[in-house]
Amino acid sequence: MSKKMPETPLLDQLESGPWPSFVKGLKRLATAEGKPYANIMKSLLGQLEHSYETRKGYWKGGTVGVFGYGAGVIPRFSEVADKYSESSEFHTIRIMPPPGFFYDTKTLRRFCEIWEEHGSGLIALHGQSGDIMFQGCRTDQVQPAWDKMNEMGFDMGGAGAGVRTSAACVGPARCEQSCFDTLRLHKDIINDFTDDIHRPSLPYKMKFKFSGCANDCSNATQRADMAVLGTWRDDMQVNQDEVKKKVAELGRKEFINQVVRMCPSQALALNDDDTLDVDNKSCVRCMHCINVCTKALKPGKDRGICILAGGKRTLKIGDLFGTVILPFKKLETDEDYAEVVDLAHRVLDFFAENALEHERMGEMIERIGLVNFLEGVELDLDPNMVTRPRTNPYVRTDGWDEEVRKWNERKASAAE
Amino acid sequence: MTELRRPDETGVPDAKNYMHPALVKNYGKWAWHDRPRPGVLHHVADNGDQVWTVKAGTQRQMDVFTIRALCDIADEFCDGYVRFTMRSSVEFMVFDEKRVEPLIKRLEGEGYPVGGTGNSVGFISHTQGWLHCDIPGTDASGVVKSLMDELADEFRNEDMPNRVKITTSCCQINCGGQGDIAVNIQHTKPPIINHDLVAGVCERPAVIARCPVAAIRPALVNGKPTLEVDEKKCVCCGACYPPCPPMQINDPVNSKIAIWVGGKHSSTRSKPMFHKLVAAGLPNNAPRWPEVGAVVKSILAAYKKDARPWERMGEWIERIGWPRFFELTNLPFTKYHVDTWRGSRSNLNASAHLHF
Repeated sequence: MSKKMPETPLLDQLESGPWPSFVKGLKRLATAEGKPYANIMKSLLGQLEHSYETRKGYWKGGTVGVFGYGAGVIPRFSEVADKYSESSEFHTIRIMPPPGFFYDTKTLRRFCEIWEEHGSGLIALHGQSGDIMFQGCRTDQVQPAWDKMNEMGFDMGGAGAGVRTSAACVGPARCEQSCFDTLRLHKDIINDFTDDIHRPSLPYKMKFKFSGCANDCSNATQRADMAVLGTWRDDMQVNQDEVKKKVAELGRKEFINQVVRMCPSQALALNDDDTLDVDNKSCVRCMHCINVCTKALKPGKDRGICILAGGKRTLKIGDLFGTVILPFKKLETDEDYAEVVDLAHRVLDFFAENALEHERMGEMIERIGLVNFLEGVELDLDPNMVTRPRTNPYVRTDGWDEEVRKWNERKASAAE
Repeated sequence: MTELRRPDETGVPDAKNYMHPALVKNYGKWAWHDRPRPGVLHHVADNGDQVWTVKAGTQRQMDVFTIRALCDIADEFCDGYVRFTMRSSVEFMVFDEKRVEPLIKRLEGEGYPVGGTGNSVGFISHTQGWLHCDIPGTDASGVVKSLMDELADEFRNEDMPNRVKITTSCCQINCGGQGDIAVNIQHTKPPIINHDLVAGVCERPAVIARCPVAAIRPALVNGKPTLEVDEKKCVCCGACYPPCPPMQINDPVNSKIAIWVGGKHSSTRSKPMFHKLVAAGLPNNAPRWPEVGAVVKSILAAYKKDARPWERMGEWIERIGWPRFFELTNLPFTKYHVDTWRGSRSNLNASAHLHF
């Protein structure tokens, strides 16, 4: 039987305005004729209006899952189910999208059909980690909904203290600036960690993210425990004819203001003939001049990745940036990709064995020190890993000669 | 009872199976791009192939009718392919320039603002809030809708000095992440503890370990084991609430909203930056949060007027200095702006560099 629409005077105020309204969407679902979820969504609107009135949330967690997996369903039971009974169970199923969030409409339409049959008709594209979030499922509908999604070739995302769903920028699919195949490495790494995604048993969450250059369109640096960013080692590619056109377009003064002066390492100068002088040894591959002069400038051809580890937000010890643990690695052959997957396993294993309960990677590295971490994951020390060497003498240096010998050996073997 | 189906543990699918064949053909072979107008990217491949991307805003929390409407547009204009961005904008790619204008008209006509490219205000990174989170202090969807209604024209145009990424978070865990402007819940009172429930619901040692300032200790109340909070030490972060729901941190009046500025992920020009607190104590004023909108708009107006081309919010403030920022935005500077957490001295001015 069709339930009455709840009065929602507060939510109604979010229907107007130029931006697409989620409230209109919720109401479309609540008033869908003959749909099994219409009453669920009427009830949901009632509870949400109650939250707007009282300025409090009314969901609690619990334990809901699918056969064979230990994570990926986010259970939500209502604390006010006596008043809003049809939406008393409103769980989310997290599904991992194709890397880069590419879809064909056949897939999206099939997702809609499944979610109309088993869920609420409400889908978030996408969550902050990068999941498709199918929101609003009764406990008894979780397994049948999941079975159908899995049969389409999609797998469940991460939750809890395990490897989480990953995200990659658009990469080489539609960006000339991408210095590696972000979509491939995303797939290679994540698909080698499905056990740690689906059966979480780590000290805390662990996130990988992939961006093709320093612009970091996947927001990896401060969100990922292991952020993989594209870069290059040789000289930037410069098309001097296009530089001259850009100088003509902006004018000399603005070209100098917007391109040359904004270079963080003062690696650029404008020549008298309006061509660009690039000091590639000083360039830090920051992407600024390339972003402004998209026709004239490109990353070099000797491309690869750098890896930053330990980015995270506030809890527990405060915000941490990811910092460099690998300044450069070429990424061309299947072997190169396999070596990065192998490194990811070493990093995860070290984290699993050494982090304290509820401690993120960055907090662990801060507690044990970068050098111990590098030794544990078998990575070589590099001056690119520090902003500056230490500024205090509180360190015991009686192993100095041995460390110098190691450094010289590494240099000699690199020169061979 | 029928036997339960075992999952196919396939991981993520190959993105190329969901990509327009023209993108697969030119994968890794793009030469350059430009932006013919706000909301449109134009990429050209080494072989001369071209793709125009039209980007539009969505509400992120989408009903199936919205998703089908977007699919109809993709079927009509894009051979049945569509892509989403990290910030829940939708991208339609066409390989014939003549389709660009009709596609823009269709999107705008159906209520999806076209923009979010270049130096614009992008869609706000969005958390769950009252709609679905178990610990939210506010509703992300409502805050985001209210702000984007006011900023829709800044999404549609590229009039900002550089891109502006705004984030929202419904608690201090800050799922929204770093932003040029971050709109985050900031609790101002310690949790209110239901001592009858703690022993039954909470793993007490884990809750004690979760506190960043060691303010929680075991206690006995009415003969029952529970937890108590040293309210002088408590920084009201709410970290104890997720593992122990009887330690209620959300409060309709005392859970306030704070505004942070100058965060950035990219290493473009400057190194990545954390966002910095500039305003707090704003009321959690559903359904439209007008006080939040006013502060965000005043910060954006000052940045738009005063920053040089390509300066991100944080870079602009580093150039003009904090005294000038507080002057231009007319925001008060209080003792709460001075960092007291670990490493705080690195946020003090250890120089004779002064702004007057």
